[in-house]
Parts: sequence; C-alpha cells; structure tokens
Amino acid sequence: MNQDVFDRIKGDRRFRELVAKRTRFAWMLSAAMLVIYFGFIFIIAFAPKSLGTPIGSGVTTIGIPLGLFVIVSAFVLTGIYVHRANTEFDAITREIVEDIK
Amino acid sequence: MTAWFHILSLLGGAAVIGATISPVEAAGALEGGGRQALNIPAIAMFFVFVAATLGITYWAAQRTRSAADFYAAGGGITGFQNGLAIAGDYMSAASFLGISGLVFASGFDGLIYSVGWLVGWPIILFLIAERLRNLGKYTFADVVSFRLDQTMIRSLAALGTLTVVAFYLIAQMVGAGKLIELLFGLPYLYAVILVGALMIIYVAFGGMVATTWVQIIKACLLLGGATFMALMVLMHFGFSTEAMFKAAVDIHPKKLSIMAPGNLVTDPVSAVSLGLALMFGTAGLPHILMRFFTVADAKAARKSVFYATGFIGYFYILTFIIGFGAITLLMNDPIYFKVAANGTYNKITDLLGGTNMAAIHLSNAVGGSLFLGFISAVAFATILAVVAGLTLAGASSVSHDLYASVIAKGKVSEDREIRLSKISALAIGIVAIFLGYIFENQNVAFMVGLAFAVAASCNFPVLVMSVFWKGTTSRGVLIGGFLGLISAVTMVVLSPAVWTKTFGFKTALFPYDNPALFSMTIAFVGIWLFSKLDASERARKEQDAYEPQYVRSETGIGAAGAVAH
Repeated sequence: MNQDVFDRIKGDRRFRELVAKRTRFAWMLSAAMLVIYFGFIFIIAFAPKSLGTPIGSGVTTIGIPLGLFVIVSAFVLTGIYVHRANTEFDAITREIVEDIK
Repeated sequence: MTAWFHILSLLGGAAVIGATISPVEAAGALEGGGRQALNIPAIAMFFVFVAATLGITYWAAQRTRSAADFYAAGGGITGFQNGLAIAGDYMSAASFLGISGLVFASGFDGLIYSVGWLVGWPIILFLIAERLRNLGKYTFADVVSFRLDQTMIRSLAALGTLTVVAFYLIAQMVGAGKLIELLFGLPYLYAVILVGALMIIYVAFGGMVATTWVQIIKACLLLGGATFMALMVLMHFGFSTEAMFKAAVDIHPKKLSIMAPGNLVTDPVSAVSLGLALMFGTAGLPHILMRFFTVADAKAARKSVFYATGFIGYFYILTFIIGFGAITLLMNDPIYFKVAANGTYNKITDLLGGTNMAAIHLSNAVGGSLFLGFISAVAFATILAVVAGLTLAGASSVSHDLYASVIAKGKVSEDREIRLSKISALAIGIVAIFLGYIFENQNVAFMVGLAFAVAASCNFPVLVMSVFWKGTTSRGVLIGGFLGLISAVTMVVLSPAVWTKTFGFKTALFPYDNPALFSMTIAFVGIWLFSKLDASERARKEQDAYEPQYVRSETGIGAAGAVAH
C-alpha cells in the first residue's frame, strides 16, 4: 500500500464523511454505555441504600432489575452498532476502496 | 439470633452424634464418604474431556505450520466461533466459581463484578475491535508499534502482557488447585502441576487453533451446565425469582442486606476505581485482544463481540441465579460444611472448599452425583481452557514481541520464532505452577480484579493513545505506560488485600484495593505529557506516520490477513 493510495483515500469526501459518521455513532453509543454503567456505580457508591428498596411488598429490590438492565443494555447497544457497521458502514468502505484501487 | 444459633447447633449436633466420631473427623468422613461415590463419573468425564482436547491438540498440531497458524489460527475462525471463544475466556473459573461464590457470600455484590466485566465489551467494540483487526497481526503490540519504535514499544507491551498474564494465571491456578483438591482429595500442589502440564501441552503443540477449539467446546459445555443448574434452581421455586430471593433472605446470615450493595464497595472512590478497572481492564487483556486476530476481517471481529456480549451477559445472569440457588439449597444442609466441635458451622466461611465451591456443591444438590461429576469436569475444563489462552498470550509476547522484534531486531526465521514461543509456554507454565502454589489462599475473583487494574492502567491507555491521538510518540508511550504499570502494581501491593491480608502487615499503605482510578490517570497523563515534551526528530516522524495508520485503521486497506502462507 503506497502513500498515494492513502492520500487519495484520505482526500476522498466519502471517506471523511464515513469516518465522521461512524466516529460520532461509536462515541454516542459509548457515552450511552458509560452513562448507564457509571450511573449504576454511582448509585452504589453514593446511595447504596436506594438500591435496597424493595419492589412492592416482596424482598426483590430495585437493584436486581437495574443490574439486569445494565447487562441487557450492553447486549442491545452492541447489536445496534454491529448491525449498522456491518451493513451501512462496510458498504461505503468497500465502495471507497474499490474506486481508489 | 439465639434461636438461630440454637437451630444451627441442633442441626450440626445431629450430624456429629450420628457420626459418633470427633467432629473434625466427621467432617472429613462426610467429605471422603461423599466423594468416593461421586468420584467415578467425575473422573470419567475429566478423562473424556482431557482425551478429547488432546485429540484436538494433535489435529491442531498437524495444521499448525506457519506463525500465522500458531499465533492466530491462520485467521480461519468465524465471528460466531470467536464470540464463543471470547465468551469462554470470560467464563473462567474466577467468573463461574468466584462470582457465584461472591453471590453466595454476599448476594447483590456479585452482580457488581459481573456487570463491570460485561460493560467493557460494548466499549471494546465501539472504539477498539475493528481498528485492532485492521492494524494488528498477532499481538496488541503490533498495533501500538505500528508507527512507533519497535524496541521501546514492544518491550513495554511485553512487560504489560506478562504482568497481566501472571496475575490472571495465579487466580486461575488457585481455582484449579482448590477444585481438584476438593474433588479428588489430590494435594493442592499436584493439582496445580496437572493443570500446568496440560496447558503447556495445548499451547506448545496446538497453538491458537487448539487453544481456540478447547475454549469453544468448554464454552458450550459450561453454558449448557449452568443453564441446567439455573433452571433446576428456578424450578425449585416454581420459576418465581421472588420466592427464591425470599428463601435466600430467610436463610442467609446477612438477611435482607444480601439484596443490596454491601461491603464490596464501601466508598465512592473504591466504587469508581473498581468500575474503571473492570470496564477498561477488559480492553487491555492480552489474551482477549489476541482473539481479534484469529478472524478474517473487521466485520467478523465486530460479530465476535456481539456474540460474546450475548453469551457473557446470559452467563452472568445464570451465575447470579446459581449463587442464590446455593444460598437457598446449601446453607441449611450441614453435609456441605465443616461442622465444628460444638456442632455449629458458619454458613458462609465453613463451606467445604471455601465459598468459591458454592456452584460445585449446588450441582450436587440439584442434579445428584452424576451432574456433580459433569460440572466438576466442566469447571476443570474451564480452567484449562482459560490458562491455555493466557499462556499463549504470554508466550506470543515473549517470542513475537520480545525475541523477534526487540532482541533479534526482526532477523529471525519463522520456525525459530515459533520454537521460542513453545519454550516460553513451557517456562510460563512452570512459573504459573509456582505462583499458583504461593497464592493458595487469595480470593480468586479478587485476583482477577488485580489483573484488570494492570490491564486498564498500562495496556489500555497505550493502545488507545497510539490509535486515537496523532501526537503520541514512542517516548510518551514508554514512560506513560510504564508509569501506569508501576503505579498499578505498587498500589495493589500496598493495598489492604495484599499488604495486610497476604503479607500480614498491620495497616495498608494505600487505602484502596482497586487503584485503576489513580493508575489510569497517571498513564494517560504520562503518555500525553511525555509525548508533548518529546521534540525529537523521531517524534516528528512518528506523528507524520499517523495519517497512513489512521486510513488503514478506518478502512482495513492493507490490513494483514492472518492467513496461512
């Protein structure tokens, strides 16, 4: 791969758009994950008692579904990213690389 | 409280009187008597697994010719398979036995660990996975040293890798030793030697192909076994988690407090520091990062993360149920405990083999001796598969980073490099046996936490800064990464878990068990600062070389296909 190819890709408008779009998307999802997780951790740190609040009259506390929610959200967020990256982003990448070659 | 002790002593007393021998022997007899009947299926299943994996190793050895085969399975692993293998690396003895043991001992706290381990995955996917695949070949040092100085960067990466591997291996070896000790009555040291010997064989002969397939098979067995256990527990309570939690709260000595965060995290700094270590440590574990080089392209790398996150998340939910199942089904049954002279036992600490054995005992309670045998065999397989992955990561780092690039300056034949990797695997195995023996009495889940702190404080910052920041220079990475590593290790050594509990000093010199908050900051600031201060000619060239690296990391153009030659 020579310098020329890199320069042409870098100069390609579609490449810049793709990277900008993908980067924004990735950071947005990262931020979502961080907010969810550190939200959970901060509750544990600052208000551990609140997680011990029972739901209704039972012994199940809100901490349990909340922990479960963090686990499920991790899975869902990865799914969202992989779906878009493997279809939309990959198609654009392929297009750019083939044109340049 | 008195009533509770009374019931306990009655229960314990009955057991002792029934045995008509001294309580210590009674406990021993219970163990021994229980074991003999249970042992046969367990041993049989151990042997089946070991035979199968040795068969795979033989098959893999036939196919492993090039360095790409040895380090990266020739790039021939699919996204789904790799997802299972990654999940397998996660579903280690520490996660399976350690987390269920933690849930058994303190309930909700176990969830904090599992959640932290899991949420690193999306971050790896969003920011690292595909760039790693696009830039690297065999080790994460390939990525960091892409445009930086080979000698400096690979020395640092090897140091980071070996430190993490050492900590993580200790945790796994301890789990292995305890498990086999309990199951066979085999002395701890022999058990550790057995595990060490098998892992050396897998890695030295079968390389990444064998290591990956051992991991995949084990992941399937463990997911199947854990699913069955969780279902049996839930069935016991008519599939009502509320009924299960209710029973657990009634039985557990800590009562309602098991349903909320407890002593694991005592203050905000510890909480955040632990969270950071678990989350970003994931993104710095060398044996996990290596897995991204075994797939064909970035697309498969992404898919691996998706499947891995699903499997790991599902597994942690199972572990949580298993932990609560163990509370409800074991705590009132003295046959699972060391019963004292006066017939009492501590419902947490007196569990035979320690709290880490909660899942193993539960398998007996829900599925009888045959299932106990199965789960024991699977737990053993788990340890073997994970230590093999760790050993491979360590050996690759020695041969590919330290030897081929630093010592021989790239002038080394592929055959010689692979041979050196095999010798390294042998050496790492021997060291692991020795360290496993020394650290016999540490909590295994906690030791993994230590590995994560180092991974988060050295490997992760180094990787992120070299990929994302144009200004990063070799000197910055070397000094910053080294500071991160040293500070993480130093703070861990001076922390309560090691300084007071292991070394027996009175007060810890560093107040937190998880230093990640501080050591990660030191690493990032260090890399940034010393890159800024680096005005050398080399630094300028390195910064200029960022553009081609950037294009390749984003598109995969020119990426090394880890294919067989």
